[in-house]
Amino acid sequence: MKVTIDGIEIDVPKGTTILQAARMIGPEVAPPAMCYHSKLKTSGGYCRTCIVKVTQGSAANPTPMPKPVASCRTEVMDGMVVENFINKEVLEARKGVVEFLLINHPLDCPVCDQAGECKLQDLGYENGAASTRYEFKRREFEVIDIGDKIKLHMNRCILCYRCVKTADQITNDRVHGVISRGDASEISTYIENVIDNDFSGNVIDVCPVGALTDKTFRFKQRVWFTKPVDAHRDCKVCSGKSRVWLKGEEVLRVTARKDQWDEVEEFICNSCRYDHKKTSDWVIEGPSPVNRNSVISQNHYEHLNQLKLQVLKQQKALGFMPLDKKP
Amino acid sequence: MQLTNRSKVVSNKVQSFSERIYFPAIISGMAVTFSHLFKKRPTIMYPEQKREMAPIYRGQHVLKRDENGAERCTSCGMCAVACPAEAITMTSGERKKGEEGLYREEKYAKTYEINMLRCIFCGLCEEACPKEAIFLTDRIVDADYERDDFVYGKDKLVEKVDKRIDVTKRQTPEVLAFKKIPGLKHNELYTDKLNKGKH
Repeated sequence: MKVTIDGIEIDVPKGTTILQAARMIGPEVAPPAMCYHSKLKTSGGYCRTCIVKVTQGSAANPTPMPKPVASCRTEVMDGMVVENFINKEVLEARKGVVEFLLINHPLDCPVCDQAGECKLQDLGYENGAASTRYEFKRREFEVIDIGDKIKLHMNRCILCYRCVKTADQITNDRVHGVISRGDASEISTYIENVIDNDFSGNVIDVCPVGALTDKTFRFKQRVWFTKPVDAHRDCKVCSGKSRVWLKGEEVLRVTARKDQWDEVEEFICNSCRYDHKKTSDWVIEGPSPVNRNSVISQNHYEHLNQLKLQVLKQQKALGFMPLDKKP
Repeated sequence: MQLTNRSKVVSNKVQSFSERIYFPAIISGMAVTFSHLFKKRPTIMYPEQKREMAPIYRGQHVLKRDENGAERCTSCGMCAVACPAEAITMTSGERKKGEEGLYREEKYAKTYEINMLRCIFCGLCEEACPKEAIFLTDRIVDADYERDDFVYGKDKLVEKVDKRIDVTKRQTPEVLAFKKIPGLKHNELYTDKLNKGKH
């Protein structure tokens, strides 16, 4: 099936969603997504950040869809024309969505452990307004422990349901979910039941914000002062392929590897995540790929040439004289 | 090959009699020295007498407390990542129940160190701080004997509750407005791009 996204045509198999098709083209047209997670079935459709405008429904019926649609839940039709970043209406609508997501968000990034690798930060930075218009009291919850390894900051939650789907699909029995409705809905365990399952730690990795964080890494170090390396170990339960966050020789944190879209590649078990915090436990493969625009690449000097190119590009866009052409 | 155009030809000319006895040269040198007795003295007697400083002189840092005396710094690391000299290090701690008067937020800086020998006093830490916690002041970093003593910890950086350090001059409406000018932020380039419809 042929589908055109932002003027770029691509041939995709039947049943592909617009979001997946856009991701096949590349990050320059792929809409951001908070709740959709490629490894989790039935995820997506909650956050509405991936909305796009369909200007032509299909080759057979070229009428445009009346309002922006969630690209993670809409399958492509043959001859469909989709507008994402080139459509002002979409950008405006997405800005509104971000504003809604941030309505109850406490904006405590200086305290939050997720800062630096937070999808909501990126989304707000790229699509959000600089200030809030909300004047009412934000909803507040107590910080609670889910088990002895996970901390739940319900204040920061955007109700993407990713952790619920993970618990449902990866682990054997789910002991947590979303209770209450609407404004009052919150992630909760059955009477704060402890999640003790070999794979329960993955809810930390799928959480796009800092709602679920690793207690063993709590306030240890800001992520951009740690160095992520890809490493593996022999594990009987999981694949053992993880990302190990180092500070010097010390292993501060172990997470699953994430792909280009910041989604977990392979889920890892709790033993790998929490119990192996020595460099000798791991076979280090090499530095993890870090997006150069990410703050995690700060103070890492592997990308100096790329940085120079980008600086020149920005200077050109702003009309400055390039650095090397200065008298 | 000529390496520089500032080279001079050295002459080996024989000195005259008056040059050889040096006496006239000594007299004229002494005249210059003597004439300085009647000129204005540029030296000041520091520390009794201090030079006037710009109100936003960038000297020794201070970690501010809020109006209740709680430390403002939440150990977010923005100053350390902004620091071009990599002079700032910190470790964070979690505030316990009952310490609300000591630390403003859930997380606080357990240790906070600035290496004053590395610091170039550029003020980027002050600019990066989201909590208005770190400011540079018009105090000059003291001389010392040991290199280790130049690593200032929280004992030297955090202001004393009874001896607050005034930084209001750095927080004038102009300064606060300056921090909010969108054109000076990294953001602008991105919004421009979006407005042009290119991602």
